[in-house]
Amino acid sequence: MILFILAILLFLIGLYGVLVKRNLIKMIIGLMIMEYAVNLIFTLVGYRSGGTAPIVTDSISSVLYVDPLPQALVLTAIVIGLGTTALAVSFAVRIFEKYDTFDVRKIRKLRG
Amino acid sequence: MMTTLILLTVLMILGAIVALESRDLLSGIISLGIIGFALTIIFLVLQAPDLAIVQIIIETLTLVILIAAVLKTTRKEVNDPVNKRKVLLWSAGLIGVAVFLLAAWRALHHMPEFGHLTLRMAQAYVDQGANLTGAGNLVAAVILDFRGYDTLGEATVLFTSVAGVVSVLRKVGRKHA
Repeated sequence: MILFILAILLFLIGLYGVLVKRNLIKMIIGLMIMEYAVNLIFTLVGYRSGGTAPIVTDSISSVLYVDPLPQALVLTAIVIGLGTTALAVSFAVRIFEKYDTFDVRKIRKLRG
Repeated sequence: MMTTLILLTVLMILGAIVALESRDLLSGIISLGIIGFALTIIFLVLQAPDLAIVQIIIETLTLVILIAAVLKTTRKEVNDPVNKRKVLLWSAGLIGVAVFLLAAWRALHHMPEFGHLTLRMAQAYVDQGANLTGAGNLVAAVILDFRGYDTLGEATVLFTSVAGVVSVLRKVGRKHA
């Protein structure tokens, strides 16, 4: 239980970064923190006490494994996280080239 | 084991606070690395070696991308006196967080206790995965065989994001304003 609460706290810190910070890079960092928290919660749900990593080593199937399904989902989510982060960072760099600032309050004019 | 996990999660939370509150963007990004690498160790402790491998590679790549972006632009944090007088914005944000907390609290009661797995969905994969797919690693069996279309979609998303990055950052065809 306490692990879930700590993970939700981590998610809330990321949410705080996205909502309150005015710097584009800080907002991206907040998004990534939220991503980490969600991945952590998924992996925590799939854990089984005394379970081993889901790799079949012999024909005896009486070994307890941790759940492979959340791990597969999180694997996909981690890789997609890299894609979204790279895209967001490239937007931020392009915006900086145009406006010379990361401050979202100053990025208002749509000059082409 | 429990103590290790709690300590590592607290380390992640501290890293998150430093990453968001530091005045230098570069040190903020390096603190983000603390979170990612602590998460790698947590994956190892939770018996997820595949996730640990992927996470450590992706974390390194992300740090390289972010540091390159920051060094190319600026390291300075924007001057940011938080305006406490925007009552409407703050109350809207607080209401949102309160709703989230309520939902999280209700969801926590339906979560299985940590370590007592109640999901039965993957039982078929565990029982038959090695025979049906011939893969010893059940995670690989799930992502490449049972849920192969999911992975195809993931590859599509990655391709789209790379195409987006290239088209946003390329210099060819841009008007010199």
